[in-house]
Amino acid sequence: MSDTVASWLAGAVADAKQRGLAPLEPLLTTLAKSTAALRAADAEFRAADTAHGTARPDPASER
Amino acid sequence: MSDVTASSISALAPQLKALTVSPVDVTRACLARIEAHRSGNAFIAVRGDDAIAEARQAESEIAAGRYRSPLHGVPIAVKDLVDVAGMPTTSGSALPAYVPAHDAPVVRRLREAGAVIIGKTNLHEFAFGTTSEESAFGPVRHPIDPSRSAGGSSGGSAAALALRMCYGAIGTDTGGSIRIPAAACGIVGLKPTLGELSCEGVVPLSHTLDHVGPMALTVADAGLLYQGMKGTTIGTVAPAGGRLTFGVPGGYLQEPLDADVARALERTRAALRKAGHAVVDVSIPHAEWTADVYLHIVLPEAAWYHAPLLAAHADKYCPGVRLRLEMGRYVLAEDYVRALRLRDVLARSVEQSLAGCDVLLLAALAIPAAPIGAATVEVGGSTQPVRAAMLKLTQLFNMTGHPAISIPAGPGTDGLPRAVQLVGHRGRTDRLVEVAAAVERALR
Repeated sequence: MSDTVASWLAGAVADAKQRGLAPLEPLLTTLAKSTAALRAADAEFRAADTAHGTARPDPASER
Repeated sequence: MSDVTASSISALAPQLKALTVSPVDVTRACLARIEAHRSGNAFIAVRGDDAIAEARQAESEIAAGRYRSPLHGVPIAVKDLVDVAGMPTTSGSALPAYVPAHDAPVVRRLREAGAVIIGKTNLHEFAFGTTSEESAFGPVRHPIDPSRSAGGSSGGSAAALALRMCYGAIGTDTGGSIRIPAAACGIVGLKPTLGELSCEGVVPLSHTLDHVGPMALTVADAGLLYQGMKGTTIGTVAPAGGRLTFGVPGGYLQEPLDADVARALERTRAALRKAGHAVVDVSIPHAEWTADVYLHIVLPEAAWYHAPLLAAHADKYCPGVRLRLEMGRYVLAEDYVRALRLRDVLARSVEQSLAGCDVLLLAALAIPAAPIGAATVEVGGSTQPVRAAMLKLTQLFNMTGHPAISIPAGPGTDGLPRAVQLVGHRGRTDRLVEVAAAVERALR
């Protein structure tokens, strides 16, 4: 799990507990693993797009 | 079981048309079976006297020469997520129900075709589950083994059909909620092409994934109901002729499977080859992304619809449903957009796999009906959450929009039904039904 997803999970769990929804923690942990996998799939897709020359240029280079 | 309720719509319709069988008697027989099987919780509300009155009217019209269609005088059940004018739409929940003034278009069209609406069926609360256990009206019990779930979320519709309480039913399908209970209960369930049948008057779960469709005892009956719900001319459904090509996706969509499910799939392949059809292996690139992409779409879309209801009535939800809805509130917008982008990639993958094939052939449900209360199941030597195992083979086609149908493929060694699934080309649901009728015939 990336640092970004881990920090999101920590924040989500803290918020859920503060809202009285502690039983959400295992579900959020499962969701975090799924989010990490989704982002990995997205990165794979973007890399393939770039390899085929169909990806948009880096937004920073358009300025 | 009386002879009249053992009949399919296709077999019953000529008898109703000739009035050698009375719509009133047929409706009474269904009501008697509903009463006899109340402990299974298939129905939430039954239209006893109103259904009899509709059946009498159908009989009068047929006698007067005003026969409308093969659905005229046929008792049909409606999942209680779909509006029937004047009846509460409960969604299987203890939350306050509303009473719609109008029928959902799919219900209205079936009425226009002459169908008798016999009642509203139980479901997994707000269609957000695969077992129909979490319902304010009790768990829907499996028609063969009451210690097991009927599948879901349209579990009541599937159980009602399997126990011959009706001749057809309306279900909804966001990740497999028509096909999963159909497979678990040994009936036919059809999810049409995305957007083909109006979801107006249907309580949404995930507005970009929701489908409404028919459930029936046979493929031909599902075809008749589909035509009726669409509002087109209702005619007979003939099995597709000629040599057909079936593409069988491997990898993610074939492993792991319960041993009897794998045997049912193999038996179907063999029957199709024996009937002269081609069965070829295909791949669906990136199919392994399916569950992650699906989750990041269904959760936030469901959370969006339920936000005001959660604010007002959080304590009235079934605990598991409430937690899944609350989970959706934590999905980030950028992850939702990622999922939408990857959904398009998956749609192209399925298109690619269908090229050169009439349909895809795969299992409909990786496991048999699960025991009520089970959180996990053993599949092919691994332990999986019940919900994930049940959704695995169906949810992809909600995202890609391809029409899909679940067909019984015989019982397993435990006596519980197993099923195969066919997936057709988008916009060709009618063709999928014809091919499914050919498969059904090959499996006899």
